[in-house]
Amino acid sequence: MAQHPRAASVPAGTPTKITQGSKTPGGIGESTLRPDGTLKVTGEFAYSSDMWHEDMLWGHTLRSTVAHAGISSIDTGEALATPGVYAVLTYDDLPAPMKNYGLEIQDTPALAHGKVRHHGEPVALVAADHPETARRAAAKIRIEYAELPVITDEASATAPDAVLVHEGRTDHHIGHVPHPNIVHRQPIVRGDADAAAARADVIVSGDYVFGMQDQAFLGPESGLAVPSEDGGVELYVATQWLHSDLRQIAPVLGLPEDKVRMTLSGVGGAFGGREDLSMQIHACLLALRTGKPVKMVYNRFESFFGHVHRHPAKLHYEHGATKDGKLTHMKCRIVLDGGAYASASPAVVGNASSLAVGPYVVEDVDIEAIALYSNNPPCGAMRGFGAVQACFAYEAQMDKLAAALDMDPVELRQLNAMEQGTLLPTGQRVDSPAPVAELLRRVKARPLPPEQQWLSADAEGSSVDVRALPGGLSNTTHGEGVVRGVGYAVGLKNVGFSEGFDDYSTARVRMEVINGEPVATVHTAMAEVGQGGVTVHAQIARTELGVSQVTIHPADTRVGSAGSTSASRQTYVTGGAVKHSCEAVRERILEIGRRKLGTYHPAWATAELLLEGGKVVTDGGEALASVAEVLQDEAVDVELEWRHRPTEAFDLRTGQGNGHVQYSFAAHRAVVEVDTELGLVKVIELACAQDVGKALNPLSVQGQIQGGTTQGLGVAVMEEILVDPKTAKVRNPSFTDYLIPTILDTPTIPVDVLELADDHAPYGLRGIGEAPTLSSTPAVLAAIRDATGLELNRTPVRPEHITGS
Amino acid sequence: MRVNFTVNGRPQEADDVWEGESLLYVLRERMGLPGSKNACEQGECGSCTVRLDGVPVCSCLVAAGQAEGREVVTVEGLADYARHREDAHPGTGCAAGTCGTSLDAAQRWQARPTDARSAEAAALSPIQQAFIDAGAVQCGFCTPGLLVAADELLEACPSPSDQDIREALSGNLCRCTGYEKILDAVRLAAARQEETVR
Repeated sequence: MAQHPRAASVPAGTPTKITQGSKTPGGIGESTLRPDGTLKVTGEFAYSSDMWHEDMLWGHTLRSTVAHAGISSIDTGEALATPGVYAVLTYDDLPAPMKNYGLEIQDTPALAHGKVRHHGEPVALVAADHPETARRAAAKIRIEYAELPVITDEASATAPDAVLVHEGRTDHHIGHVPHPNIVHRQPIVRGDADAAAARADVIVSGDYVFGMQDQAFLGPESGLAVPSEDGGVELYVATQWLHSDLRQIAPVLGLPEDKVRMTLSGVGGAFGGREDLSMQIHACLLALRTGKPVKMVYNRFESFFGHVHRHPAKLHYEHGATKDGKLTHMKCRIVLDGGAYASASPAVVGNASSLAVGPYVVEDVDIEAIALYSNNPPCGAMRGFGAVQACFAYEAQMDKLAAALDMDPVELRQLNAMEQGTLLPTGQRVDSPAPVAELLRRVKARPLPPEQQWLSADAEGSSVDVRALPGGLSNTTHGEGVVRGVGYAVGLKNVGFSEGFDDYSTARVRMEVINGEPVATVHTAMAEVGQGGVTVHAQIARTELGVSQVTIHPADTRVGSAGSTSASRQTYVTGGAVKHSCEAVRERILEIGRRKLGTYHPAWATAELLLEGGKVVTDGGEALASVAEVLQDEAVDVELEWRHRPTEAFDLRTGQGNGHVQYSFAAHRAVVEVDTELGLVKVIELACAQDVGKALNPLSVQGQIQGGTTQGLGVAVMEEILVDPKTAKVRNPSFTDYLIPTILDTPTIPVDVLELADDHAPYGLRGIGEAPTLSSTPAVLAAIRDATGLELNRTPVRPEHITGS
Repeated sequence: MRVNFTVNGRPQEADDVWEGESLLYVLRERMGLPGSKNACEQGECGSCTVRLDGVPVCSCLVAAGQAEGREVVTVEGLADYARHREDAHPGTGCAAGTCGTSLDAAQRWQARPTDARSAEAAALSPIQQAFIDAGAVQCGFCTPGLLVAADELLEACPSPSDQDIREALSGNLCRCTGYEKILDAVRLAAARQEETVR
């Protein structure tokens, strides 16, 4: 009989050990291949933009052409009269009292009401029988805007006569922010930074600017909404967290959550950009209005308006040190621009402030981080989440301090590196390995790539392969004026959701016998966005249940929440939930075995029993029965929630609190060659060393580290969303003008993986996805500074910053 | 308008095609071949790369009408195309001094119909298998375009240097992998190809 206990969650904090043998092939620790790999290489994998339904309509969004304006009127008549158009919707057509949504603060209108707050804000929707018909009809909607002054930075946001981006705020942050145009503010004060500064022999300070980065996932925002007979809707969509979407969608549709059934469709990358809703509500509204399935697919231009970006930041830092290099104090102020809507800004502020000091021991700190409301594009989650901006600044400071002290920059870092037991500025003790000095040692010890690799010997002497030079195929140099630089950086990232968030996950595991073989099915709502969670879940099930056949059930809302595929948390938390549910399934199988077969062999009652190779075996290796014999036509089915150790909120005045679950560390060494004449940079090598706790799938681990490293490289030298400071309009919403690294821009990325177990985590693992994005950017900047001798205090570095033109 | 062309060896006709529709749209939405991906539709990312009479093109930039009477190979037909490569143009390669498939050589290839249920059709081309084995697939959205481009590279240049691979794939953006595993995959496919030849 199927067992389906929806049991209470397990208490957190119990170290989880490998209680099973790991003899089953394809278990954890192996580079098992992706279960979706074949579908993805044959073109059969169904991404959200591939969905199709008979009699399907196409949805299109009309977006504001201005950043801040009152809407005087909207005329949809001509659009609605266009042949092939089935519906045109505006704010007035929203069916429910709830008109807004948001991850934490419900400040984002499903469609603009009365005013628009940023360029590209959705104003109206069209459904038509061809995407071009929908686009052309949308262009016929007449909107009259009364433009308002734009708020684009801290000065304009907090000016005495500043227009409020959100009038009448009622969210829970309003009580402690100094101005209504500040979303959230988090100070962190520990010790006495002023007194400590008096002990410093050297003080360095700097102002740093971090540009607005885009996730630039390749699979555009898209999905298919199908109205169902009961008045509800089925939504097939690419997202990072099905249940979070559901919680925000259903109230705006005026439907109970059980009438909005969500299924994850293929996700073409995410990197934080799918945490917020994009087309979800819109497609459902159109489907419910027309009674027909509606597909929406953003093109790349629209995608730049369809998701939040990484917060651009201005950071002021001051560090002091004694003449032997010990840090005395750190003061910093971090201003993040959250744009028009809150999205994840409060949590980004929490991260930026609590991780502002980086992986260093500094007892006396004075930290403040704020996020602004402005009329710039909304910013929210992106890989590294607040820690990235801080790392850029504190690592530049470390180099500056090393120069002032005439010390080796790596030695200075190692001298101040945190380790297990270090107290963070929040007062939280780091209670797992923190191999910061060791990671730096490893990247530094690696042999440097050969000089002048563009020179290659041939029969007639030497020739130049311009492809290996800065500028590459543009043939801008043959090596003259090219100088090399080497730079280092290390970063500290938290894993999982912090500040007291109930960060649980749910997994349902079923074991049954099919064609005489035991088969496990793992069902979670985890969004597989490319990271390889589906591979790891199967590996965990094989390890815990000793079966080779594991099926991964499609992710949907018919199982409990898995939380978000972000914050480097899924292998930890949903992996933990799968492990936990598998353990319960295993116990149940052994109970059934004891009941049915216990009389045949005394070991059933006396020995430690394991599941291996489809059999019940004793810890001495004696097989008692096959799982198929035990189960016969019974199935075991368990759905359980699992939580990591609880965290707590940071004190709003002092920032003290045990706010984080786990930490992730990565170090980089960048080697660059710079054409100083044209200001072009070629990154030659970007070596990474990272502690992953336990590599559940070494191949996937490398892929995550290399991918994260490349995104950090991108922001160092090319990636930035440009917003006109006068109009707050986005100037480069295309892959022509927003550049991400190509294979020619990306160097070899050797990866050195350390596995120091965190005893609090399943299998000792550490979340890995984000840490490499932190240190990659400052390492590249440090290398360019090393090559050029320039200060370079902003990302991305552009040619004019190098040539001074 | 009506467009007649051959897709992965099968003669196809698409009706009611609007003049502005791209080849990508027709393949994805009218032919039911969503393998070619719609990541930018601006010719910048290479995710929609197909071969048009053997030449890799961004199908988002090709008007559907331009495909009239021509042969298109998408990622869905890549395995079959690879199996019949030798028939199309034996012995080409960059050893002869040219990197890149000549239009003439490419046009000699005759696409053959594929029965999806046959055992032959289930097999992957060497580059597809190498992408899986090397861990070059993460989200996979760039994968179809990369496969088509990489397959053409290996056809034209069976033993490419790293710089050759980077140059050939520089029109294909990938946001997940950092490209290292993609390089590994192309090297792996080239090495396996070499072994097979021996």
